[in-house]
Amino acid sequence: MAETPRELRIPELALVVLVGVSGSGKSTFAARNFRPTQVVSSDFCRAAVSDDENDQSATADAFDLLNFIVGKRLARGLPTVVDATNVQRAARAPLVRLAREHHVLPVAIVLDVPEGVAQRRNRARTDRALGEHVVPRQRRELRRDLRRLEKEGFRRIHVLTDPAEIDTATVVPERLWNDRRELTGPFDLVGDVHGCRAELEALLDELGYQPRRDELGRAVGARHPEGRTAVFVGDLVDRGPDTPGVLRLVMGMVADGDALCVSGNHEAKLVRALRGRKVSTGHGLAETLEQLAAEPDEFRARVLDFCDGLISHYVLDGGRLVVAHAGLKEAYHGRSSGKVRSFALYGDTTGETDEYGLPVRYPWAEEYRGRAAVVYGHTPVPSAEWVNNTICLDTGAVFGGRLTALRYPERRLVDVVAERVWYEPSRPFPAAGERPAAREPGVLDAADVLGRDAVHTAYGRIAVDPGARGGALAALEVMSRFAADPRWLVYLPPTMAPCPTTDRPGLLEHPAGAFAYYLDQGVGEVVCEEKHMGSRAVAVVCRDAAAAARRFAPGARGAVYTRTGRPFFTDAALAASVLDELAETVARAGIFNELDTDWVLLDGELLPWSAKADGLIREQYASVAAAAGSALPAAADAIDRAAARGLPEPEGARLAELAGRAARRSTSVVAFAEVYRRYRWRTDGRDGLAFAPFQLLAGEGAAYTGRDHGWQLALAERLAAASVHVAAAEGREALVRATRHRTVDLTDPSAVAAATAWWEELTAAGGEGMVVKPLGGGTVRGGRDLVQPGLKVRGPEYLRIIYGPDYLEAGRLDRLRDRRLGRKRGLALREHKLGLEAVARLAGGEPLWRVHEAVFAVLAAETEPVDPRL
Amino acid sequence: MLLTITTTHRPATDLGFLLHKHPDRMQSFEQSHGTAHVFYPEAAEDRCTAALLLEVDPERLLRRARAAATPDFALGQYVNDRPYAASSLLSVALGDVFRTALRGRCDSRPELAEHPIPLRLELPAVPCRGGAEYAHRLFEPLGWEVAAEPVPLDPTVPDWGDSAYLRLALTGTLRLAEALSHLYVLLPVLDGTKHYWVAADEVDKLVRSGEGWLAAHPERAAITRRYLARRGHLFRAAMARLAEVDDAPAERFDAETDADADGGADAAITEEPPEPALSLAEQRAGAVLAVLRAEGAASVVDLGCGQGRLLARLLAEPAFTRITGVDVSAYAVEQARRRLLPDRMPERRAAQVAERLALHVGSLVYRDDRFAGHDAAVLMEVIEHIDPPRLPAAEYVVFGAARPRVAVVTTPNAEYNVRYEGLAPGAARHPDHRFEWTRAEFTDWAGGVAERYGYRVRLLPVGAVDPELGAPTQLAVFTLGAAPAAAPAHTDPAAAPAPGKETGA
Repeated sequence: MAETPRELRIPELALVVLVGVSGSGKSTFAARNFRPTQVVSSDFCRAAVSDDENDQSATADAFDLLNFIVGKRLARGLPTVVDATNVQRAARAPLVRLAREHHVLPVAIVLDVPEGVAQRRNRARTDRALGEHVVPRQRRELRRDLRRLEKEGFRRIHVLTDPAEIDTATVVPERLWNDRRELTGPFDLVGDVHGCRAELEALLDELGYQPRRDELGRAVGARHPEGRTAVFVGDLVDRGPDTPGVLRLVMGMVADGDALCVSGNHEAKLVRALRGRKVSTGHGLAETLEQLAAEPDEFRARVLDFCDGLISHYVLDGGRLVVAHAGLKEAYHGRSSGKVRSFALYGDTTGETDEYGLPVRYPWAEEYRGRAAVVYGHTPVPSAEWVNNTICLDTGAVFGGRLTALRYPERRLVDVVAERVWYEPSRPFPAAGERPAAREPGVLDAADVLGRDAVHTAYGRIAVDPGARGGALAALEVMSRFAADPRWLVYLPPTMAPCPTTDRPGLLEHPAGAFAYYLDQGVGEVVCEEKHMGSRAVAVVCRDAAAAARRFAPGARGAVYTRTGRPFFTDAALAASVLDELAETVARAGIFNELDTDWVLLDGELLPWSAKADGLIREQYASVAAAAGSALPAAADAIDRAAARGLPEPEGARLAELAGRAARRSTSVVAFAEVYRRYRWRTDGRDGLAFAPFQLLAGEGAAYTGRDHGWQLALAERLAAASVHVAAAEGREALVRATRHRTVDLTDPSAVAAATAWWEELTAAGGEGMVVKPLGGGTVRGGRDLVQPGLKVRGPEYLRIIYGPDYLEAGRLDRLRDRRLGRKRGLALREHKLGLEAVARLAGGEPLWRVHEAVFAVLAAETEPVDPRL
Repeated sequence: MLLTITTTHRPATDLGFLLHKHPDRMQSFEQSHGTAHVFYPEAAEDRCTAALLLEVDPERLLRRARAAATPDFALGQYVNDRPYAASSLLSVALGDVFRTALRGRCDSRPELAEHPIPLRLELPAVPCRGGAEYAHRLFEPLGWEVAAEPVPLDPTVPDWGDSAYLRLALTGTLRLAEALSHLYVLLPVLDGTKHYWVAADEVDKLVRSGEGWLAAHPERAAITRRYLARRGHLFRAAMARLAEVDDAPAERFDAETDADADGGADAAITEEPPEPALSLAEQRAGAVLAVLRAEGAASVVDLGCGQGRLLARLLAEPAFTRITGVDVSAYAVEQARRRLLPDRMPERRAAQVAERLALHVGSLVYRDDRFAGHDAAVLMEVIEHIDPPRLPAAEYVVFGAARPRVAVVTTPNAEYNVRYEGLAPGAARHPDHRFEWTRAEFTDWAGGVAERYGYRVRLLPVGAVDPELGAPTQLAVFTLGAAPAAAPAHTDPAAAPAPGKETGA
């Protein structure tokens, strides 16, 4: 036999169910035509649950496992082959159900070999003894249902009977109709036309398409000279003045390969009407039928053909673009089933109707988290706006709105205004600007933050809650109960590691450790910044309230929040006045204009420490000093009186020793109290507050996290200078304070010595210390990874409030030197990368949930049990 | 930290016999957190003073604190008052160093141990959150003359006022053993925190140490409660860490609204018989249940379920076939699980409960699929814990996304607060309440939500209705379906603000 091998056409994404008696050659067939991982076999599953692939008692468990694996593969969009006898209808039913559930096509390949062949093969097997009665029984079952497979739901059925044919048959994967990933555009996606031919022609002209006209001057096609492709999101027909004209033009464009078109619900209904079905002719269908009645039969036939042949969604541009009339949730992209089609045509309806009798639709776009852009129409909106990477282009042309197109990949909107109201809407259609446009709500999904194991950043994958210690849950609680509106919460600052521990006497930290770290990493230039002992504060500052409402959230001109996202000021009026002053300062410094933005994201320190931490200072630091201040003198007095009794040795010497310790403790506590007092001063509303920005992280369309610190500090100085003027107008001290700093060439010993001397000077004067950063900024690399974005070098007196009043006592200091910095450094770097990612996503205009994902991860990371003294 | 014990009994040096410590020696005793020294600043015939000085080693304290994961946050904070203040550490040292004296045994002067003698106890730094007045209340009924002088928080910052420490001197004529037992029990009570976990044998210890005086003490309930400090803070470790990062004082995160003015969980350990009338919390749960029954809800999601009080009542009624509890606090959800599905529950019973009950950690400001698909949602005393700017998000999550057929919302009626004694004017019923609404404000809010999301709403009072101020709790029932054009219906005439008054508010 020299026949050509048989070709079995199978959709690329399908659930292939092999059907055949034992010994029919299913496993051999599967091994020859599919990848091993695509094949899920009952024998394998039986062995997996029982250690014996012939253990029939394990069959029920084995099929549970099989169905589970199949379900997981289909959910992930993987073609899957089930290798089991599947001769019984009851065995096939769950598989068909699984295919439907995941919107993939179920396909049956039946290997119906003669009984003798199967028996012979089974007898030849040494690993399995099969009763002679088994195969005939299986064959009877198979034969009985063979003709009913289609009814069971299989969409493609291949029956192979000749063993030779089975051996040579090949599987040919067939692309799904909706899979046009090979088309990369560029595209012009056009919203709902609804018979508005004049507007459509005007829009195509605006987009640069050149019309082709027939002898009557009617547009029957249009081509873009640069080879762009128009994509219509459906609802070409109904309501408008010239549905036939629109169809003539679009059908021509599609036939010429100049356009793609998906079906809208109105086309689907028109098909039923043209087929003579009974349909209600509301919502503009009557007009269409009337207009079509004036056309020749041949045209009507072509319209029926065209509309009937429209498919419900396309996946384009390598999977990066999805077009469907009413939108499409991610799980349905590239899938096909009745549910998928219904979603694409009608949206996710809740079954309710609103006060105008129109169906209430589920806001699927708000929950959309896919990476593919979804372009759709269906629901008229005042203006097209991106929501979570989806955009609705139906801007109500037929209701007197506009006809809108989206240029892709440029993502630019082009529209033409409707000539008039062509059709009165059943629900009032707002003119643009009349009502605020529907915006992405500030509501995130629990799934955005829980159950995610990692955030993928530009610098690698960062685990969200390593060890699942509940960090994400704690972050959820803090976010929910205490944090600012997530639309403002676009960045949380990372923790900062201290410099390596020094063994110099009387010190734990010294600049030399930080310098050595950076030099070892190959970083030759660093900047030393004075460390302000205040509270970390992130400020989002908008030029005006309109900019705030447009870019973030309405109702404020910005936000100032703490390291864990709490609003910095509990007093709303104070927050507003600080933000006003910051905005004026940024404006006066010319930074909004220079960076071409109407908002900036600033990271800095707000002073004094007591402005936020007053409660902590009182409850923890001052209380300790108070208790010690009362207890220690009393103890010293008691010891002195006992010593004065002149007790015989060794009691006298032991009391003297005790007295010495008590005296040293008293001195330490006095020094300790001096420290916290330095970082508190009285504030009265805005008076007494100071903000020291050290980085401008982002503005519209740009992240500045990669800028060097010279640029950053110069900007901060300009802000400080501008602040003097802005504050003076109100008769106040400046709000923005510059940060004293030194740049240091680490290869120059005298520069290093000078910087060290500067640190000694700062700390001797009661300063907290300084931060050493690579001059090049936050994205400087060492070996393979980013270097630490900064290392703090704190002064010995300051550390009393960290390690305790008498940490400098001999012996204690030596034990404290074993500080284990690795964990803290790892945490600092992970949080830094998450911060960079959040800023990049913000600047890139990504959806809120993408920014929040990274911000949330910083908060979750902060719950890690790292020595808080570091 | 220091304790001095002075007597003017003659011969005063007999104090050495009573304490089993020789007046001419300095003795040291190793303690788990440091070293205790006993010496005598004076030892004369007419007056003798013994000093107990506990030198706390901060590092040892820290190591032990970590190992035991104790409930006392101050220990974990590296900089703390424990080395200086007279707390449970001193109490333990006292119990150890003066063990025999505390039991009232004195073989060499047995009659003296049985006899009250003039005593003066001095402690220079006693942590006492209740202030000097509380020290008076604790010690005066026991026969002490109390001198309690508050220590200023920082003499350089007079604005700050007093610290939480007292210079305490107790003068009286008592048996020494009795005097010591007073300190032993009451020092931790004054402090309000203990450095070790409270185990079951603590109760025995308390009964033993308080023998002869605790039962008659007017503050016995509070003493018992505070001595047996509440457990459960281990779970809050992660939260505490976040507070610390933010330089916020470690907060007590109580998920339940225990401190409601109608009496919270603290009332659970009183010796008084329970109040015959239903507490407001119970009335609230009752009203919510009544609404759910009336609306025929079979599946209910309790958003903000806390430790599961309402869930337990829902479970008790077979008509509720699917019950979901959600709280933003993982700790509360864990407590609810322990309460409703304890490990010891028989397997069959547990399976029955598990089939009807699901518990999740979730947030009202994050849209959540797990909230959907229920007939009814309950938000009992929840919305007032949400910052007003975040309320629209919560409204969307409940009414826009989860979209139950029925939603029941309760919240305090702020107007009623004047009826609560001990609640300062303008103060909220719970420190975490972000707002408390008048009836007009709640009516406004409920009407707005109903309109925006296509619900009908009716309002009900919960608790005894005051003719002027309304009921202590307000309850709104939202039912799905476009509202008639009119304003939300008031089923309770007393709760309905007079026309014009509403607009004037």
